[in-house]
Amino acid sequence: MALQSLDIKRRSATTTPSAGIRSTPELAKLIDVSKCIGCKACQAACMEWNDLRDDIGTTAGTYDNPRDLTEHSWTVMRFAEVEPEPGRLEWLIRKDGCMHCADPGCLKACPAPGAVVQYHNGIVDFHEEHCIGCGYCVTGCPFNIPRLSRADAKVYKCTLCADRVAVGLEPACVKTCPTGAIMFGTKTDMLKQAAGRITDLKRRGFAKAGVYDPKGVGGTHVIYLLQHADRPELYSDLPDNPSISPMVSLWKGAVKPLTSLAFGMIAVGAFFHYLVKGPNRVPEEREQEVDQ
Amino acid sequence: MKNNPQNLLRFTAAERANHWLVAICFVLVALSGLVFFYPAFYPLSQLFGGGVWARILHPFIGLLLFAAFGLMFVKFRDLNRITATDREWLRHTRELLNGDEQGLPEAGKFNGGQKLLFWLLVACVALLLLSGIVIWRAYFSPLFPLWLIRLAAVVHAAAGAGMIALILGHIYMGIWTSESMAGMLYGQVRRPWARLHHRAWFRQMTGDDQ
Repeated sequence: MALQSLDIKRRSATTTPSAGIRSTPELAKLIDVSKCIGCKACQAACMEWNDLRDDIGTTAGTYDNPRDLTEHSWTVMRFAEVEPEPGRLEWLIRKDGCMHCADPGCLKACPAPGAVVQYHNGIVDFHEEHCIGCGYCVTGCPFNIPRLSRADAKVYKCTLCADRVAVGLEPACVKTCPTGAIMFGTKTDMLKQAAGRITDLKRRGFAKAGVYDPKGVGGTHVIYLLQHADRPELYSDLPDNPSISPMVSLWKGAVKPLTSLAFGMIAVGAFFHYLVKGPNRVPEEREQEVDQ
Repeated sequence: MKNNPQNLLRFTAAERANHWLVAICFVLVALSGLVFFYPAFYPLSQLFGGGVWARILHPFIGLLLFAAFGLMFVKFRDLNRITATDREWLRHTRELLNGDEQGLPEAGKFNGGQKLLFWLLVACVALLLLSGIVIWRAYFSPLFPLWLIRLAAVVHAAAGAGMIALILGHIYMGIWTSESMAGMLYGQVRRPWARLHHRAWFRQMTGDDQ
């Protein structure tokens, strides 16, 4: 245990329980897309706190900068110009980054013990010192978040500022957001906060306003408040009903321990076959039939 | 037995070297592959200098195995064509496992079981190569769509597990069938052994009609 406030609930490639005598309230970051002005202060704060500097890239003709998440950019504003109804243009800006799933696909896929952990407060964190660079987390993630660095072959993503949260601070992006579009607290409080805002948005003509807290991954610890919660794809292809892919479940499911057991059974079976049947020698009488 | 001039040449030095190169590669690739297969096997990574080294080395050893196995494939492909006799042979598995080969049809240089193993291994190695390239994150994964990487991960694990099971069986048959290991180690087998286990091949080699 490093910090009591970061008690680990689940650990990758570990089949025995982690520390579990204490319970910590589940935390969540609420991103109210309807309040976001796209200033990217959250991106700057993330770089600042985590001491990250991305390479200078190129523009694709949109405000997205950088164009995608990288090992240096753990959060990226994604700008989408959409017409939810014909003739009604909306600029939907979504702060993309790790969703901190309750059932994390990255943790499930990771083969290195302790390289991916989930704290009791819900934060999913990568411990790069245990990472072996296989990229299985990238394969397991339903949100396309982890990025493998070419420089050191380790994966990186948003930590939800676990180091700040551990000592009672809010994540850097939350602290810096000038419009209060990013909020942080217990998940219960954040859902309550969102509920009030939804009522407000509905009064203002967004009939389908709602929370994005997808059940397919057990809920998330980063939740969005969307004006069009019925159409998450409007927000730069936010997945509609994300879940761990059945392929990943099959790959990492019960088949593997059973197969491991089967290897053992083959070895034990062969040993007992040898004991019972003895070596398959050329019988004495057959020796005589051939001139040696 | 090594020096008996009556012995039959079963495998040439080149064939034996080829086989054992594949075998060494297989042991290394299986042990390093198990590291990623299931947490219980993770300590095997220590044999390779840790998890990162296991991850780095595994695919390169795999490529070497593919190359060496490819040579074996070319060399033994024709000898492993499955015939009606082989299918009949395979129906007698129970008697074989009891050590009773009396009722079995005559086997050539390779019996039905060996031929079946050969083709199953060919399938496994081909699947492992193709899926392995797709999940080789350092060089190739970014070239493929996510759904294909996920499929390849499943295929790779399944084919790898299948190959380990097949080789475990192969090793056991080599141990259980006395003297067969000599064929692959020294290249030669004794005539009574050949006559008992590979009668058709024995006759072909000796011109003997026994």
